[in-house]
Amino acid sequence: MTTNPFDADRPPEVPRSQRRRGGGGGRRRRDESVLVPDAEFSSYYGHNVVKPAPWGHEIAAYLFLGGLAGGSGLVGAGGALTGRPALRRVGRFGALASVALGGVALAKDLGRPERALNMLRVAKVTSPMSVGSWILTGFGAFAGAAAATELAGAVLPRGSWLARLARGVDPLATAGSTAFSMPLAAYTAVLLADTTTPTWRESYKELPFVFVGSANAAAAGLALIASPAEQNGPARRLAVIGAAVELGASELMERRMHPVVAEPLHDGRPGQLLKAAKVLTAGGAVGAALFGRNRTVAGLSGLALMAGSVLTRFGVFDAGMASAKDPRYTVTPQKERLEERRRRGQTHDSITTGR
Amino acid sequence: MGFWQHQLAGPSDPSRDAAWEEPEPRKGFFTDTSICIGCKACEVACKEWNAIPEDGLSLTGHSYDNTGSLGASTWRHVAFIEQTTDRVEEARASGRRLVDLGMPALRPPDAPYPGPSDAAGTAPAALEGVVPTAVGDDGSLDAMAAAARTAEATGTLPDFRWLMASDVCKHCTHAGCLDVCPTGALFRTEHGTVVVQPDVCNGCGYCVAACPFGVIERREDERGDKRGGGVVSNVGVAQKCTLCYDRLGHDQTPACAQACPTTSIKFGTLAEMLDTARDRVEVLHDNGFTEARLYGANSHDGVGGTGSVFLLLDEPEVYGLPPDPRVPTADLPDMFRKAGIAAVAMLGMAVAAFAGRRR
Repeated sequence: MTTNPFDADRPPEVPRSQRRRGGGGGRRRRDESVLVPDAEFSSYYGHNVVKPAPWGHEIAAYLFLGGLAGGSGLVGAGGALTGRPALRRVGRFGALASVALGGVALAKDLGRPERALNMLRVAKVTSPMSVGSWILTGFGAFAGAAAATELAGAVLPRGSWLARLARGVDPLATAGSTAFSMPLAAYTAVLLADTTTPTWRESYKELPFVFVGSANAAAAGLALIASPAEQNGPARRLAVIGAAVELGASELMERRMHPVVAEPLHDGRPGQLLKAAKVLTAGGAVGAALFGRNRTVAGLSGLALMAGSVLTRFGVFDAGMASAKDPRYTVTPQKERLEERRRRGQTHDSITTGR
Repeated sequence: MGFWQHQLAGPSDPSRDAAWEEPEPRKGFFTDTSICIGCKACEVACKEWNAIPEDGLSLTGHSYDNTGSLGASTWRHVAFIEQTTDRVEEARASGRRLVDLGMPALRPPDAPYPGPSDAAGTAPAALEGVVPTAVGDDGSLDAMAAAARTAEATGTLPDFRWLMASDVCKHCTHAGCLDVCPTGALFRTEHGTVVVQPDVCNGCGYCVAACPFGVIERREDERGDKRGGGVVSNVGVAQKCTLCYDRLGHDQTPACAQACPTTSIKFGTLAEMLDTARDRVEVLHDNGFTEARLYGANSHDGVGGTGSVFLLLDEPEVYGLPPDPRVPTADLPDMFRKAGIAAVAMLGMAVAAFAGRRR
């Protein structure tokens, strides 16, 4: 703190206790105490350095629906292959319904929804969104075919040529939707990670496991709600495995992440969402494992699992958005890793150079 | 794998990577913030030429900056930073450290400073009230340099300084926005720059989240001056600096560089710009401004070097620039690998769930 002749004209200093943690970061201040930046890091009037994606909660909803669709694709295929018609039905119809809803959510979030099909204009491996669009398209086609054969089997007379055609297409639809199920549930993690949004970017090693676990748990939840107790054995097991993978990967993710960048996962509304998600997911899994043969408890557990998956996706989504809006999460880890490299004598790769 | 690594990180020729068979020499800006006067002629010229709508008429109270940051309707942004002596000292120290760090030093750190002999070694008290000579040793009329020399020799620094810097899209060698664009709306031009095709972009917003510098943005509304039948075009579409692609095609200088009255914004081939930038930072260091440093002039940085080089007088984050940006796609192969393992794990979970005994 220095003094100069203009100090007399300054508004009184805000006491430190009233200031926001992080000093220069965050909220805009109009008083000139901004002239005295915090020693930890300086920012440009608290402006964010990177921009948050201009995405609404449609995208968070899609993260859930895409996962549910992928998981349901597997449940449907498993039901078809192991002769559990109830699981096959709920898996197939669930997959088609959620992938369709997810597609609508994606298109609605575009700046120009009428140009949604431009997504299929190119195929680009450097763009997880392009890769995802093709996965979504492929999955949609096979999930549609699987649901159509399911419907045909239910309503058409057995001997008709259409019913025979449906039975012929059935294995192909099952194979296709299975092949696209896993990529559909996993790519959304890459979609988030391949950005400069600090909390998403830093989570890239574990986020795919969080998301596939959550996808399986959600699909198992749907199957528990919509299938009779005598066929829901696989759904109960999938609920437990999926929930365990999701919770374990989440824990690992938060521990391995830079402590500053992990903050949005614990603090504020995203933190609350993620805490609630963990409680619901764990509760749903325990309920399904212990009392899943009771139809009512199975339904309630399924509901809890699906709600847990929704909250996981919304929590991760909101935490990332919060991390992009505050320069602290961008500048602090970057300065630290730069310093770390300099300490090791690695100075050739800095964007700032003395000459 | 080697091919992909070369495509996603490290030094590279982006036009050739983008399959231009006979690319033009790569073009770029050199923005020398040490001679920026904050007139905002670049912002105005950019708006005029590119027909960019109004970007807010309110006063932010942040010095003379009323546009805040780069965005859909702000393709040049002049930052204003007010600093007191302690910050100047810090900036000078951090700049000096950069020179000492691995980069070839301009003179041994302990060697006597080749400043004006009458000022060197004189006690500060004796100099109080003395106006620094405006004529340097070599007879050049550079009052600023003379003042810096006096300050260096006597340990006195100005009690206030005002930094101004015109920020712009970096036109990165490895551009995050371009790599992640799912429609092909963003493309690499023959000049090595990155441009959005507004008629192709569907406004997915992925580029916004992938830019390490927070440059590109989606135009969200039709706000703007519509008097006289004016229209706000490209609503819902990602927008950013094109390095005046339409002007480059006719060998014209981009609007901002042409309008800049102090030549703070220079335009030319990137190789020329880098040479100019290096010469300039050397001159400033020689004159005692050790806080001067280059930003974006290193092709080994996290984005493979930028097409817009800056000379800054403090740490990049002071100007709202990231201190160690890294293009997200540099790690994309590993991200896909992790997701692939997760996908196999997902199938494994389902198999395990269904493989259990039938009941």
